Amino acid sequence: MNKIIEKEYFSDKVVKLVVENPLIAKSRKPGNFVILRVGEDGERFPLTIAGADPVKGTITLVVQIMGVSSSKLVALEVGDSITDLVGPLGKPTHISKIGTVLAAGGGVGVAPLLPIVEAFKQAGNRVITVIAARNQDLIILEDEMRKWSDEVVVMTDDGSYGRKGLVTLGMEEIIQREKIDECIVIGPAIMMKFASLLTKKYAIPTQASLNSIMVDGTGMCGACRVSVGGKTRFTCVDGPEFDAHQVDFDEMLMRLGGYSQEEKQANERYLLKL
Amino acid sequence: MSLNPEYLKEERNQEWRAELRSKTKNKDRALIERVHMPELAPEIRVKYQDREVNMGLQLEQAQKEATRCMDCANPTCIEGCPVSINIPKFVKYIEKGEILKAAATLKETNALPAVCGRVCPQEKQCEAKCFYVEKMSKNSVAIGHLERFAADFERDSGTSNIPETAKPNGIKVATVGSGPASLSFAGDMVKYGYDVTVFEALHEIGGVLKYGIPEFRLPNSIVDFELDNLKKMGVKFETNYIVGRTSSFDDLKEEGYKGFFIGSGAGLPRFMDIPGENSNGILSSNEYLTRVNLMGAATDATDTPVLKGKNVAVIGGGNTAMDSVRTALRLGADRAMIIYRRSEEEMPARIEEVKHAKEEGVEFMMLCNPLEYYADAKGRVKGMRLNRMGLGEPDASGRRRPMPIEGSEFELDVDLVVVAVGVSPNPLVPTCLPDLKITRWGTIVVDEDKMQSSISEMFAGGDIVRGGATVILAMGDGRRAAENMNNFLQKQSIN
Repeated sequence: MNKIIEKEYFSDKVVKLVVENPLIAKSRKPGNFVILRVGEDGERFPLTIAGADPVKGTITLVVQIMGVSSSKLVALEVGDSITDLVGPLGKPTHISKIGTVLAAGGGVGVAPLLPIVEAFKQAGNRVITVIAARNQDLIILEDEMRKWSDEVVVMTDDGSYGRKGLVTLGMEEIIQREKIDECIVIGPAIMMKFASLLTKKYAIPTQASLNSIMVDGTGMCGACRVSVGGKTRFTCVDGPEFDAHQVDFDEMLMRLGGYSQEEKQANERYLLKL
Repeated sequence: MSLNPEYLKEERNQEWRAELRSKTKNKDRALIERVHMPELAPEIRVKYQDREVNMGLQLEQAQKEATRCMDCANPTCIEGCPVSINIPKFVKYIEKGEILKAAATLKETNALPAVCGRVCPQEKQCEAKCFYVEKMSKNSVAIGHLERFAADFERDSGTSNIPETAKPNGIKVATVGSGPASLSFAGDMVKYGYDVTVFEALHEIGGVLKYGIPEFRLPNSIVDFELDNLKKMGVKFETNYIVGRTSSFDDLKEEGYKGFFIGSGAGLPRFMDIPGENSNGILSSNEYLTRVNLMGAATDATDTPVLKGKNVAVIGGGNTAMDSVRTALRLGADRAMIIYRRSEEEMPARIEEVKHAKEEGVEFMMLCNPLEYYADAKGRVKGMRLNRMGLGEPDASGRRRPMPIEGSEFELDVDLVVVAVGVSPNPLVPTCLPDLKITRWGTIVVDEDKMQSSISEMFAGGDIVRGGATVILAMGDGRRAAENMNNFLQKQSIN
């Protein structure tokens, strides 16, 4: 169980893992996430599922090295097993035929966006996808996105690949060009904040998939609370997707930094041990 | 669920019991003072998150305490026990010095005696119904201490007695969750001969016994020992498995499961919904305790962090609030404060927990209610505003209603706040079952006698039914559900 079947480096810091877990592979839906733990001293942390193969019984995860836990996960090799893996968690994305969908992904956020793009396409929508990253090395899953999108726009901050500029630039051009019925954004909180401000300006219904801090992922701890429309909601059981225009992204950004000191110290201890 | 009076009488009439009764006059029994539980000194124990405060009785102490029990003809104490332990029988075995038989007696009806001996509010249950309390206005027999003694004695002796189980009937049943309700259910069902699997969402079995109750009150090793007993009886355990999500109920039915017990607990922490409450450094008691108890965040050896505060306010007056505030002290707080909107008299926490907390230096700010939190530039809480409360007429709970006193507002410096004002039922399971009847609070509706839900093969108990109760009430639910599911499934297999 939870054995790593395949491992691929998208870049130095971004790794794709195909993990054996037949039950989750069968039951997961686009938008769901899992909670993982690596090693008996490891912490629990969430990752949104980037794909699944119910026949092979595998799920795909894409992880970016950020701190101790992601480093420990990436240190696992093919044949190793992830100590604990539970899911699928969170409410799945609401998929329906609505017309034209604009999907925007930033950094590793492109990975969980992929199954959503696929599902919207299969539901009969026109899907336009904008994928963005700091530079060419960090652009991931472009070919897979092209397979399920009517059009893919690539944006890089430094212009090393695709068009130069932030994700919002690519999005706005499309919004001005044609009628968009719904937008979905997944990426760093700051990117989702500005993408959301943009679509609010054009009054396009927008869903954002939030990456809050979690411990259990089942509604128990409340670490993942977020203000949506002035009400406190739990990302794990009420989300992870919310009406982006109602999300208090500034509060979310502040809460994401809630353990930054402790995370930094833990990372220093981890690097010393290596 | 009560024991058959005929059976109790028969047991009481056994020669050894009669002999013990005649050995010491009741008058002399009543002269013995109630035993005091030896405790680790407060100034030492506040330094250790994982050292138990209550140290347990010695053999002589336990036997002397057991001698106080008069082995009443009408043992009212049993009525006070939600899992109907044959209390006089186990106590008399201790008096006689047959401690392993005392432990076996406990296990006849209780899957977790070492746990219950530590965390049950006996003063409100069996001990409240003790003859000494009811008829003599004296301190009850220390039934809880004796329960713990017998269970610990057996564990330390290395000879664990595994309760007898009926011949396997091959019928598969599942529990959803692995807390006290589910474990108690599993223990009884495996005794009836069922093939029982306990499904748990977390990576550890035990539910609130593991993530909630701190090691200084209930060491994890004690819980693990009791779980081992259940394993030896044949109960199977599956971690990282959310029934309804990882697999659906229908999938499990296809795999042959005929009955389900839902004991998924009241997982969702409540907040007060006041300004600033989402600041960093304000967390639920569930989060705080889970990080420390389940994830071991108190030490650098584990990856999970926990925020440490110098001025820690814990909001609430229940056992979870006491567990949180005492944890804060052990993690190095200079000031650890309980902030409670009623007075000490109304506090739901066990008297023993309050006593221990006071000895350790916890400050009790009674009749105070938080209004707002302030954060620093980085979003970390740095202070709070409160007002003082007076007590009005009794409310629906029978306790006097707290009322704000006008003009009583004041501010307090805090850098960590733990909110322990209660929990709501976990929606994860009910949302997977559209046909399951739930109340407007999200608890599962059951027939109170049978613990059967609106879906006939699904029974439920513990906090997912009660909304928030104790370990032992959950265990009582588990036993009742087991008895009735057994009847239900037996009837089905006959038809």
